[in-house]
Amino acid sequence: MKQHIISVLVENRSGVLTRVSGLFSRRGFNIESLAVGTCEAPGMSRITIVACGDDAHIEQVKKQLNKLIEVIKVIDITERSHVERELVLIKVNAEPGKTRSEVMQIADIFRAKIIDVGQETVVLEITGDTEKIRALEELLVPYGILELVRTGKVALQRGAATISPGK
Amino acid sequence: MKTGARILIDNLKEQGVDIIFGYPGGSVLPIYDELYDADIRHILVRHEQAAVHAADGYARASGRVGVCLSTSGPGACNLVSGIATANMDSVPIVALTGQVPTGMLGNDAFQESDITGITMPVTKHNFLVNDTIRIPQVIAEAFYIAGTGRYGPVLVDLPKDVLMRSVSPEEILPGIPDLKGYKPTYHGHPRQIKKALDLLRESKKPVIYAGGGIVASGASEALCRFAEEMEIPVTTTMMGLGAIPSDHPLNLGMLGMHGTKFANYAVTGCDLLFTIGARFDDRVTGKIDEFAPGAKIIHIDIDPAEIGKNKAVDVPIVGDAKVVLDDILERLNPEDRVIRTAWLEEIGKWKKDHPLTCGNGGGLHPQQIIREISTLLDGGGIIVSEVGQNQMWAAQHYGFKKPRQWISSGGLGTMGYGFPAAIGAWFARPEETIVLIAGDGSFQMNIQELGTVAQYKVPVKMMILNNMYLGMVRQWQELFYEKRYSYTELPFVDFVGIAKAYGVPGRVVESEKDIVPALKESFETDGPFLIDFRIEREENVFPMVPAGAAIKDMIGEHVEQEDD
Repeated sequence: MKQHIISVLVENRSGVLTRVSGLFSRRGFNIESLAVGTCEAPGMSRITIVACGDDAHIEQVKKQLNKLIEVIKVIDITERSHVERELVLIKVNAEPGKTRSEVMQIADIFRAKIIDVGQETVVLEITGDTEKIRALEELLVPYGILELVRTGKVALQRGAATISPGK
Repeated sequence: MKTGARILIDNLKEQGVDIIFGYPGGSVLPIYDELYDADIRHILVRHEQAAVHAADGYARASGRVGVCLSTSGPGACNLVSGIATANMDSVPIVALTGQVPTGMLGNDAFQESDITGITMPVTKHNFLVNDTIRIPQVIAEAFYIAGTGRYGPVLVDLPKDVLMRSVSPEEILPGIPDLKGYKPTYHGHPRQIKKALDLLRESKKPVIYAGGGIVASGASEALCRFAEEMEIPVTTTMMGLGAIPSDHPLNLGMLGMHGTKFANYAVTGCDLLFTIGARFDDRVTGKIDEFAPGAKIIHIDIDPAEIGKNKAVDVPIVGDAKVVLDDILERLNPEDRVIRTAWLEEIGKWKKDHPLTCGNGGGLHPQQIIREISTLLDGGGIIVSEVGQNQMWAAQHYGFKKPRQWISSGGLGTMGYGFPAAIGAWFARPEETIVLIAGDGSFQMNIQELGTVAQYKVPVKMMILNNMYLGMVRQWQELFYEKRYSYTELPFVDFVGIAKAYGVPGRVVESEKDIVPALKESFETDGPFLIDFRIEREENVFPMVPAGAAIKDMIGEHVEQEDD
């Protein structure tokens, strides 16, 4: 079982996301994360799906995705040279004084941004790969993480390789 | 200016639609008003489920796209089993459903259901038409998707205001498909085809395993030529029956759970399984690890997702069965033909030792009824079955000669499918004798369609193999649940009396000597006719592979007796 990052180019129509996610659920494939948004091609969206499975499993996922009428291209970029990022917002306990300055120092080291400060809390924004985010999360646990939200992974191949339409 | 309903009718005609099976209701009134004087024939069924099954039967019999129409909400929901049936068996149909006006969508309005959401997993694709000007494009796309690549059902949901709004011709989007992500592959890759031929040359014990894809793509003649030129025995799935004539010397009959012993032995013993338009369904393979265990596998299929799904494949060929087979035939050289006398003799011995047999004892045996029908029609006509024992007896014992002669719900196993499908088949091919093989259980699932056959004088010959049981379930209970017949016994029904109430003639047959006279009477009668065959109650379908066992391990053969 390995984590795969699948990049899917789809037509931007209502119901497409339901078709994609429905395909996963009814075939018993588990989605770890899913990020979607419009992209450079007009009328299209790019979906990044992270899913776990053996090779045969992932091959079947790709084939089933390709069968959807509104899916234009599917590519598993795990094995290809690529960059990946995830954005996470973390609300953490940070009472004024020593605690708050410690949290701010940690944020600084991880190049996380402080985007909100409350009476006893701060909200951190961090972008990065899974390991960096996990490391920050672990450091913040002792202070008390009140809420955490993540976008899911987005990824692109390095260099000139694309899955734009027509290429 | 034209209304959406008018535009819809015009576009259906452009697609060549001349018949629709449907049932009216509030949200499709604009369409029905247009149908009132359109030159498209509308067949009024008695239940929406019958409309979709009839469209499916029409499509399977004709090879064209079948069309059904229902209202929103309950009407649309009643189509679901039929759509799922068509989806599992790759049948091209377009289902048109009414919908509440766009302004009321999502409000839980009267007779509203999210039918595109409901049918997403069981359609090839579906549409909610949100603007009148899009109707021509959506209809063009729906028919294109349904009738190309791997065929399948497409649903088009039409809100009432979209149907009622009038638009000027210049506003309307052209009826041209705009589908960037849909490009079916028809031609097999030449390198893969060469690899397949190499394997074929090396093989000493090849078997062709042919499925419904042969029938769908019209590859039957190419299949027979290929088998004959290479002298390779052919076994077909239930969906592939008729792809090769039953009496063809290379035909092994059906394989799988209720296949012939010799087909299952041949597949188990082969060194090369040449799979065409079949999908390694569990009812065919039994225990997957012991299916063709020593064989290299070639798999030709138009749907790439079927290749390698259940069984690893040595040579995958994505393409249309007919296109690829024609291509292979063109490339065959005299040296590709290998003499495989020993293999054919081995199979010949299995054939001789394990023929399909009729039941024993003095009762009325369903196998014999099927054989008599086959003899009387000389293996002609269109045989439509329900689901269960009746289906398996028909599949095993009818002597099919051609493709599109056998219509049956395979993948989904939908009881109640056969009767309305038979109606649809007759509208597709009215010159053929249409025979429905039914069980008493299945027949009662859409028995109301007696009204439809009576109204339109549809000459379906209804053969009810009546054992007053849900026979196949009872068989499983007998074999695997210690004869605890939990809720599978059905009370007596006077089928002939019910038919009579609808104005359909019929008769009861209780003894062997009455089989042929009754069949003759039914075939000589104009219009529909029902025969209630009171068969041996606990007759079983044999041979049988228990679920999960290897297909070579078949059980429960009758004591062998004379084959005829």
